[in-house]
Amino acid sequence: MSRVMIYKRFERFWHWFQALLIFSLLFTGFEIHGSYSVLGFGEAARLHTLAAWALIILWLFAIFWHITTGEWRQYIPTKNGLFAVMRYYLIGTFTGEAHPYRKTTRAKHNPLQRLAYLFFKLMITPVIWLSGLLYLFYNDWPATLSGVLALETVALIHTAAAFAMLIFIIAHVYMATMGPKLTSLIKPMVTGYEDLEDSR
Amino acid sequence: MKKTGWKYLVRFGRPAARIVLAGALICSGFAVSGAERPPATADHSKFEALEGPFENARDVTEACLGCHTEAGKQIRETTHWTWTYEHPETGQTLGKSEVINSFCGMAITNEPRCTSCHVGYGWEDMRQPPPAADNAVDCLVCHDTTGDYWKFPTLAGYPTDKPREWPKGSGDMVQPPDLENIAQHVGASGRANCGSCHFYGGGDDGVKHGDLDSSLVDPPRTLDVHMSPDGLDFACADCHTSWGHQVAGSRYQANAADTLGIDVPGHTDFSRASCQSCHGDSPHPQQKLNDHVDTLACQTCHVPEFARGGVATKMWWDWSTAGRLDENGEPITEYDEHGHPSYLSEKGDFRHGENVVPTYAWFDGTVKYTLVDERLDVDHPPVAINRVEGSPDDPGSRIWPFKVMEGKQPYDTERETLLATHVFGADDTSLWSNFSWPKALKAGSELSGMPFSGNYDFIETTMHWPITHMVPPAEQALDCASCHASNSRLAGLPGIYMPGHNGNLWLDRIGWLLVALTLAGVVLHGLARIVLKGRKSS
Repeated sequence: MSRVMIYKRFERFWHWFQALLIFSLLFTGFEIHGSYSVLGFGEAARLHTLAAWALIILWLFAIFWHITTGEWRQYIPTKNGLFAVMRYYLIGTFTGEAHPYRKTTRAKHNPLQRLAYLFFKLMITPVIWLSGLLYLFYNDWPATLSGVLALETVALIHTAAAFAMLIFIIAHVYMATMGPKLTSLIKPMVTGYEDLEDSR
Repeated sequence: MKKTGWKYLVRFGRPAARIVLAGALICSGFAVSGAERPPATADHSKFEALEGPFENARDVTEACLGCHTEAGKQIRETTHWTWTYEHPETGQTLGKSEVINSFCGMAITNEPRCTSCHVGYGWEDMRQPPPAADNAVDCLVCHDTTGDYWKFPTLAGYPTDKPREWPKGSGDMVQPPDLENIAQHVGASGRANCGSCHFYGGGDDGVKHGDLDSSLVDPPRTLDVHMSPDGLDFACADCHTSWGHQVAGSRYQANAADTLGIDVPGHTDFSRASCQSCHGDSPHPQQKLNDHVDTLACQTCHVPEFARGGVATKMWWDWSTAGRLDENGEPITEYDEHGHPSYLSEKGDFRHGENVVPTYAWFDGTVKYTLVDERLDVDHPPVAINRVEGSPDDPGSRIWPFKVMEGKQPYDTERETLLATHVFGADDTSLWSNFSWPKALKAGSELSGMPFSGNYDFIETTMHWPITHMVPPAEQALDCASCHASNSRLAGLPGIYMPGHNGNLWLDRIGWLLVALTLAGVVLHGLARIVLKGRKSS
């Protein structure tokens, strides 16, 4: 066993700041959607836009970081061991089996995580951003765009993506508690360090 | 050192910025509320021609025209004089002499009462054009600054020349105006001048428009930020600019979407009868609010309610119940709980409203009328006395606020047209003297020359009145949730998707179902972990 830095400082900052922004966006977004009334529509819309811009800037940095550090490779999907991991979450976790995946600094996400995060990064987020930016700049659409696309379509896609985001968050937060102890998976995301078995 | 500097900048920079900003606001506030009008170049009390004595009001006009040689001719070319208006879009001939409304019907056959608001003297028969004499123009109704000039309500535009009782039966005597004093104190039109007619349309204060009533003579800022003496103290004419006595701003052909923006002298149309002509078309500091101007009229957010000045406006007028008398054969007056008349034998049933939330509709500025000779669709009431045109697909249309006047009025059941009603007149046929509809309608037909089969009934009607006055300070404008909510002011309007109001029921149902299933799955999975872990350890 050795204690290694598994989540670097920027990565942790990115993760938690993104979490804060996504929670804010969900909270204000569903108010704008009309699901409840807490802040008032105008304030919710203002904060929603503000948080969206912050998240976009954060992502620009994150994309730069992923490319320059090569960390993007962490998300390359693999079938190797995927079913073992799925089996663990469905059965093994109840029968006391050990997690089938051995984390290393170069492959810190198990195959199921890779798929989930890749889906998050390549599907949910781009859809929510693109629809969100179209929504925000609805008044500046060129005539060619407004001829073929209705605001309602954009709004419904944005809403659907928000539901997908909410569902992702619920599952993600729950699965973060599924380490040996409730906090064993969350702690490294705070401190950066985790005790890993020495790589083979 | 550097750090300390930054700390000080943050600590003092912000309050300093606030103080500067507040100061700028206060100063600009002083600048606007202190705006004075330029001094006049003429003191009319020094003109010999205005010394009098004047036998009657026409003599004053003659004196005016002695210097203002073109004014009489100019006036006689305006809608204020002709009471006719050729609509450039619909081709209809409109104007007070042509249209029928849902208040007292038509001006014709009720002349001395209705033409008391004509900008002239002695138009007693509307089958004829207004009197042509130069001195028949009424200068004083628009230019009196003393407030003592008053066109007597039943004298076809003349002020009274002897003490007369008004209202009838009240015992209050109206004295003839001091024409010499008034003539020597003429000036630019103020709110009370225009208001002496426009505030009292429909027969009394505030009855007709909803956004025009006597509360605008001296309004508080909260009622009208532009017209309030505590605000900008605007006269009507500051926005309704004139050109050779032609006054800008029309209800028949409104400028529903002024895209010219701020009117620069020499470059645009010189008309200030639109919000944009001073404020431009992106007046908000927040871009998202400016994004609304291609859909909404300024008035839609900035006139949140009308009839806010303490004067009620009529919202419902049912003529069919008029004529009911008490056991002694005397006319009846009933009042609602706010003290507004709810029934008059002369006029039927009323409903009044104060602080009324407008009705909203797409509007391109064109108003089309159901004229008195037009065949009605009697099987599908209510009859729209006027229709506002416009649609969400038309770039020249905006969502506008309206007062929708409703009621019932007589129509010819055979000819299926609306009917002119002879309501006023000291004769034995007018409704208000005799309380008999058959007599009044027959007389209306005979006096106006408009056909009437003799068979009548009452039909429900609606009439749209654009709302544009009574603009409060910006902080009283509607908030976002007035429209962006399920219970939206704009509910039912076509062609708009508003977050917070619109949505897709099935998307929401499926979305929340999936969220609920995920939560349930997570909870069950978690419970199973806890239960099974406990069993394992035992």
